[in-house]
Amino acid sequence: MSDMTANIAQLKDELSSMVEAANDLDSLESARVQVLGKKGRITGLMKTLGQMDPEERKTTGAALNVLKDEIADLIATQERALKRQVLEERLANETMDVSLSPRPETRGTIHPISQTMEELISIFASMGFSISEGPDIEDDWHNFTALNFPPGHPAREMHDTFYLPDDPDETGEASKKLLRTHTSTVQIRAMKDQGVPIKTIVMGRTYRSDYDITHTPMFHQCEGLYIDKNVNMGHLKGCVLDFARAYFDIDDLPLQFRPSFFPFTEPSAEIDIGCSRKDGGLKIGAGEDWLEIGGCGMVHPNVIKNCGFDPDEYQGFAFGMGVERMAMLKYGIPDLRTFFESDVRWLEHYGFDPLDRPNRATKSK
Amino acid sequence: MKFTLGWLKEHLETDASLNEITDKLTALGLELEEVEDPAEKFAPFKVAYVEKAEKHPDADRLNVCIVDTGTEKVQVVCGAPNAKTGMKAIFAPAGSYVPGTDMTLKKGNIRGQDSNGMLVSEREMGLSDEHDGIIELAEDAKIGTPFSELYGLDDPIIDIALTPNRADCAGILGIARDLAAAGMGTLKPLKNEEIKGDFKSPVDVSIEAKTECPIFFGRYIKNVENKPSPDWMQKRLKAIGLRPISALVDITNYVSMDLCRPLHVFDADKLQGNIHVRMGKGGEELEALNDKSYKITDAMTVVADDSGALALGGIVGGVSTGCTEGTTNVFVECAYFDPYTTAKTGRALQIDSDARYRFERGVDPEFTRDGIEIATQLILELCGGEVSEVVSDGAMPKWQREVDFDFAYTKKLSSLDVPEKRQTEILESLGFGVKGNKISPPSWRGDIDGKADIVEEVVRVVGYDKIEAVSVRSAQAVSGSAETLEASRKRKARGALSTRGMYECVTYSFLNKELAENFKTNDKQELLTLQNPISNDLNQMRPSIVPNLIQAAQNNADRGNVNNGLFEVGPIFPSAKPDAQLSVATGIRFGTKAGKHWSGAEANRNLDIYDAKADAIAALEAVGVSTGNLQVSREAAGYYHPGRSGALKQGKNILAQFGEFHPAVLEEMDVKANIVGFEVFLDNVPAGKNKGFSRPLLKASQFQPVSRDFAFIVDEHVEADAIARTTKNVDRQLIAAVEVFDVYQGKGVDEGKKSVAIKVVIQPVKQTLTDAEIESISQKIIGTVSDKTGATLRG
Repeated sequence: MSDMTANIAQLKDELSSMVEAANDLDSLESARVQVLGKKGRITGLMKTLGQMDPEERKTTGAALNVLKDEIADLIATQERALKRQVLEERLANETMDVSLSPRPETRGTIHPISQTMEELISIFASMGFSISEGPDIEDDWHNFTALNFPPGHPAREMHDTFYLPDDPDETGEASKKLLRTHTSTVQIRAMKDQGVPIKTIVMGRTYRSDYDITHTPMFHQCEGLYIDKNVNMGHLKGCVLDFARAYFDIDDLPLQFRPSFFPFTEPSAEIDIGCSRKDGGLKIGAGEDWLEIGGCGMVHPNVIKNCGFDPDEYQGFAFGMGVERMAMLKYGIPDLRTFFESDVRWLEHYGFDPLDRPNRATKSK
Repeated sequence: MKFTLGWLKEHLETDASLNEITDKLTALGLELEEVEDPAEKFAPFKVAYVEKAEKHPDADRLNVCIVDTGTEKVQVVCGAPNAKTGMKAIFAPAGSYVPGTDMTLKKGNIRGQDSNGMLVSEREMGLSDEHDGIIELAEDAKIGTPFSELYGLDDPIIDIALTPNRADCAGILGIARDLAAAGMGTLKPLKNEEIKGDFKSPVDVSIEAKTECPIFFGRYIKNVENKPSPDWMQKRLKAIGLRPISALVDITNYVSMDLCRPLHVFDADKLQGNIHVRMGKGGEELEALNDKSYKITDAMTVVADDSGALALGGIVGGVSTGCTEGTTNVFVECAYFDPYTTAKTGRALQIDSDARYRFERGVDPEFTRDGIEIATQLILELCGGEVSEVVSDGAMPKWQREVDFDFAYTKKLSSLDVPEKRQTEILESLGFGVKGNKISPPSWRGDIDGKADIVEEVVRVVGYDKIEAVSVRSAQAVSGSAETLEASRKRKARGALSTRGMYECVTYSFLNKELAENFKTNDKQELLTLQNPISNDLNQMRPSIVPNLIQAAQNNADRGNVNNGLFEVGPIFPSAKPDAQLSVATGIRFGTKAGKHWSGAEANRNLDIYDAKADAIAALEAVGVSTGNLQVSREAAGYYHPGRSGALKQGKNILAQFGEFHPAVLEEMDVKANIVGFEVFLDNVPAGKNKGFSRPLLKASQFQPVSRDFAFIVDEHVEADAIARTTKNVDRQLIAAVEVFDVYQGKGVDEGKKSVAIKVVIQPVKQTLTDAEIESISQKIIGTVSDKTGATLRG
């Protein structure tokens, strides 16, 4: 063993201890510079190789390269250990209070009236009805006369109509402006505009001068109209039965028709669904009692005539119901008046997630 | 419409039970509202025999009785002085509710003696104030007989809701007729005989208003005695909620309810001259029997004598000629008044009388003559007297009509297959004449005017429950989507705004007029005022939804919800023209973004017009507007802050406006909170060209975009958007985006100037750009912006 070889072995021990002694990244770096830097110990020894004879140069060079690699590995290992130690020290100080609330974000809600209307639309759309629309401000003809309310008939009075000033641009019944008392006005508009056969639904605001626990001066109705050559009362019953079962999501929901009176339908009926009332609660479904959900009937021949069609050729049915009432029954909302109070607590509680839009294929809560 | 079962049975021979009858009423369209069976209330109270009554060993005033109830013998301690051995009394067992004292009896022990019930007094039964002793019954009273039967309190009271077409069922006879037709028994014939008069009526009748009162019968009856009406009549009237007054008045009420034949009885001694039926005269007044005074107009029918109006025809009588206890000579009126005039007068004067209720629905004109005889008969029976010949004027209005009816139409319309024979039978039992295909409705069914009405008569008697439900899911189904463009836009706007954290509201279409005045677009705008508002707070059609939402915000703030967003998608009525209705998506945000929060200032920053602008843009995007190309102007309505509001326009068309509200308007509304808002005019959004569902091909460049920042010094009135827009137009192909990222005024920038910094994204399309090309675009930007806006590049 030459001197050089012994020197290298000794050097290795020395340098190894130096690297291992470095207890932070800075001293490790200075150790690296001292060993492997341009003026480092190994680098220095490398520079002496040129003065050696070839044989010695060969063996010493090889030994030095081995040493260099060993020390470099050692430095790398030490560096990883020190970095890990630094990281751990850092992590020990890097805690956050996970109990804090996230940055505020709000999601609003959809009003139960809108939600219910969309539900109704989605059900009736699946039954082949399309939407028709009409204005809130109507005239005497569309609201009453065309719908077969004779002048002075007590049925007109039942409607507690809001009147507006006469329209100077019109004459007669067309000039008598009012806020529509029902969406049935759109039956007339739809038939006149779109013709027959027609299968349509209407949703919208309606107005009557009445205010108490169960009445507000503005409310919403859903109206359906189906006219063709052979549409009969059996179809009417089937239509409202299919609807009621879909809306309340009860396959065996019972339904009954009770004879009633509306000037614009003949025969006319009230629609009842089954329910039970126990301990002050109301449960919709097969039960011992009945609950009214709307009115319907076969469109009066005079109405069809008033729209310009022959009632001997065309016949069909119409039905209507209160949107708020449907919402109250399905979602257990107790007071009609609260629908219009815009109380955020109510809107949050009874409102609907904007991303949970009604759709016949999906299930809402 | 109320009646009792017993009263109904005066007209209907039936074995049907109360339940069968009430179910059938609803099935016929005479909807049952309520049945009250007084017998139920008195069910525990029965006749009992007092086998032994002895003094209480430890109480002088009490008796210990052994009572035989028929089923058992019980001991009762009784305080009544008249309790004695061998008497028949009314016994209430422990557990019964005593109506007169509003107490439920309990078993007790009174001074060492058990008491298992009570022998009751009249007061305890709620019959009278008599409380000197217990009820003593006749010796032959049968033990166990229900108290209600003994006292005639067992007649159930039935209340039905009458639809306005069924005037005939505003009389019990009509209800009985419907029930008989539906198999609930047989209609009894009505007893009615013509009564011959002994003398000529000293009061004559003439009609001037022949349209309003086509026919009038009258009769003078002298020497009547107007005492209280008999017990049976009083009981029935009381049962249906009418207060018995005197025989003459009770008879008119009874006939009105029984036969839907309103009558009037004048005290003949108070009449001056003959009776005329005419239109009212201006200035006439009537002191009516309901203790109110009414101003009469020439559109109202009056029954008058030489002194003036005595009664409003078909509505209410007057005090001056009303019958009193001392009345001895009367003049009976039985007339037919026109429904239309009656309704109009009643509505104008707001009189809801039983007579008006019937005349405006249409009483049976043909029955007018019978009415006078039936009334006469009752007066003779109850009050005595001598009757005159009947006087009359006018002619029977023509009510007869025929409906051409094909019996097959019943099946076509209702789907029910009812044999022709059965249809005929039903119609005849309801009083219709059937001759081949000609159907003639009876005089009391003025509501029947066509073949659909005939179908309803048949079907309601057969039963709506017989109609089988048939699905119409696929018949005539629309092939496309059900939504209209408007419905679709409203839905999308709602979705966009609610996902942005706002709550959807639905508020009234009308509001207070003074408040509405503040929300006009300009001073010239005229608004729509309701003629008959429900209150002055709701008397004007809303020209904007903003005031309703501001009020809602304030109400919420008062409840502690101080930071929130509210929106509504609904109609506004921006002009006096009735057809000017528009659909608007309107929203407001108030307070700060989210309130104080540990995360810092962003959460607690005041909401500003850029939040409102973002909402407006989100709603517009949702309804299909590409908002990148909209112009922004300062044309928001007058109720916005003039300097802190804007409009988003497409050409001349204002699609939306946003901003703070005018401080004067807010002050008027007493709003102190920070508040911003927006309105999106959905009807102004042009309908997209129908391009189908297919989208244009995506052209995504494969070359890396380059971005360059520029800072310009510009006059402070130049809007940042002008710089951004000008920059964009320098090369619409290469410049993909321009974003203003800093606006600064203050130190380092001259007064009256501002610094606007923009980031420009240059997106190469065909190949990567060289430095020289980018530099050339940069120079072009600097040059163009300087030319168009007077800006200089900030050094």
